[in-house]
Amino acid sequence: MKVGLFIPCYINAVYPEVGVASYKLLKSLGIDVDYPLDQTCCGQPMANAGFENESKELAKRFDQLFEQYDYIVGPSASCVVFVRDNYSKFLPKKEHKAHKCTDERIYEICEFIHDIVKPTALPKAVSFPHKVSIQNSCHGVRLMHLSAPSEHTVPYFNKLRNLLSLVKDIEIVEPERIDECCGFGGMFAAEEFSVSAQMGRDKVERHIKTGAEYIVGADSSCMMHQGGIIEREKLPIKTCHVVEILAHGL
Amino acid sequence: MSTKHSKSAEAFQKNKEMAKWHDQTLWLVREKRDRQSKGVPEWELLREMAMQTKLYSNSHLPELLEEFEKNAIANGVHVHWAKDAEEYNEIIYGILKKHNVKKFIKSKSMLSEECELNEHLIEKGIDVVESDLGERIIQLMHKKPSHIVMPAIHIKKEEIGELFVKEMDTEPGNNDQTYLTHAARRNLRQKFIEAEAAMTGANFVVASTGEAVVCTNEGNADMGTSQPKIQITAFGIDKIVPNREALGIFTRLLARSATGQPITTYTAHYQKPRHGGELHFVIVDNGRTEILKDEKHVKTMNCIRCAACMNTCPVYRRSGGYSYTYFIPGPIGINLGMLKGAKKYYDNVSACSLCHSCQDVCPVKVDLADQIYDWRQKLDKFGVASSEKKRMSQGIKFLMERPKLFNFAMSAGHLLNSFPRFMVYNNLNDWGKDRELPKFAKESFNEMWKKNKVK
Repeated sequence: MKVGLFIPCYINAVYPEVGVASYKLLKSLGIDVDYPLDQTCCGQPMANAGFENESKELAKRFDQLFEQYDYIVGPSASCVVFVRDNYSKFLPKKEHKAHKCTDERIYEICEFIHDIVKPTALPKAVSFPHKVSIQNSCHGVRLMHLSAPSEHTVPYFNKLRNLLSLVKDIEIVEPERIDECCGFGGMFAAEEFSVSAQMGRDKVERHIKTGAEYIVGADSSCMMHQGGIIEREKLPIKTCHVVEILAHGL
Repeated sequence: MSTKHSKSAEAFQKNKEMAKWHDQTLWLVREKRDRQSKGVPEWELLREMAMQTKLYSNSHLPELLEEFEKNAIANGVHVHWAKDAEEYNEIIYGILKKHNVKKFIKSKSMLSEECELNEHLIEKGIDVVESDLGERIIQLMHKKPSHIVMPAIHIKKEEIGELFVKEMDTEPGNNDQTYLTHAARRNLRQKFIEAEAAMTGANFVVASTGEAVVCTNEGNADMGTSQPKIQITAFGIDKIVPNREALGIFTRLLARSATGQPITTYTAHYQKPRHGGELHFVIVDNGRTEILKDEKHVKTMNCIRCAACMNTCPVYRRSGGYSYTYFIPGPIGINLGMLKGAKKYYDNVSACSLCHSCQDVCPVKVDLADQIYDWRQKLDKFGVASSEKKRMSQGIKFLMERPKLFNFAMSAGHLLNSFPRFMVYNNLNDWGKDRELPKFAKESFNEMWKKNKVK
């Protein structure tokens, strides 16, 4: 199994440590991981703003970069599900000889480990003696089904919680309004800045109310937004990606 | 970068206390809805059946509406057809004029808001009284509803107290809810007695029986229609369901989704005129047939006006009903507004973070967020897209299609971290008004990989 590591543009520029943790984690799970150089953006920001056409060339480039891999795995639910749900519109339908299409081979890293690798223990025992509050991101929950959407009448499940449960000494909680939006939404954050910032403040407040020291999730963009609020208002909580905890000490 | 919605939302957020109250109050309704929906194990199956039934009904309108008309006529009902708001207003005025009605009592109808019936009738000299308490408050204040199920949700009891001193002679300063409700009840009781004709909308109409079904909590629809001899019930063509079995799917979903009740206090089936009276049904199109031709947006006609999408919408709760330019706010209003007039109502399309909660909460599975995404793609063609967002999107495209340039920008971006604050956090940067910007890393992942630092 050969995995191509997809590092979204903002993780590349702002959170390279999330990329490093992703690589180390997959490697330690015995997976053959490669990073195709010079990746940029999947095209989601323009598409959500209403300019889907500006994403088409990026989709083609993405498709070529990852052509040779069995799986494409990236640490950002929103970017991954954008590729999964939209690329078939942008790309001419072609069956790779040995592979499925890009939109069928792509996984968010937690989803990939949970559903495909299915480890019963972490490769190296991790102790993280802290209380963490899960950021159930909108696209992770409602488009990717990383957890049961609160609107649905279905039994509770949460893949992020399952993975974090492999860590020793960790206390896992979820905030009130378990999967309400944090208000990022790409250019929404600028165009509707007043509502967006209030959503961010409300979300961070509910994470803090759990008594957690960390907000953890599978979408660094939600954490980027909440991080901006936390830093501005000097709030007593930190953010990190799930893989940073799972890869702790590797 | 702003729209009429974002500006109104900013103004709404200035009153922090009120904005917080609005968010929390509507979230409580969402929580009540969750308790009810989770108490029905087959909830997801019901939603699926409701969606399929609506798609079936709305694609078989000619036969279902004709069956409905045939059965209604056999029941002794007068059936009228209105192709648009003008015809709807004229038909209703015609009935009132024929019977020389001067005092007219109504229960809540979003269709009458859509067609501006009250304005039309008042201009002709008819005294129109809204009998739903929220609607009555709104009417006396000369305002518009800010929510389609709880029209006066944005008004605090102190304001209602002041209004009732003027309108109903209550004690100044007494804002006790029970006291004010009793005053409204006494005041409305007189209006019910005086009314010469009554009107309701309809939540559903049943083809196989020719009946109209009206769901209310206050009993005002039934109180109104019980006294005068003339009753008018007017509804859009999308309210049709094939039979009572199908009706049962929707009555199970409606109140649970709307207010978190298992069922509304009153579910009235209007089938025949009362003895010696007249019952009129007015079947209205007003653009619905056009919408049904549009495959991408056909599911908006599934809507049963429960407002669950508003209660769950994080933007609606934090911006209020008046921040939208269409008379129906929230996710369904954004979409219905665009279908009514894209070039007039495009300002509401910004009011969405694409969180998809509306779509998951909707009892009839309207693909609300997908449709908003789709409308955004069309704004440029209509010539109304935000020029800043367009420039920004083109800028991202230019940068991201040039990996060398992007890599350079990432390494240079680190310099931005040390820019003086006034250059980074200014009026040109909406993000920076309330949030710190993310800091560029010293080295991008790409750079680290090239230098073999990722191991």
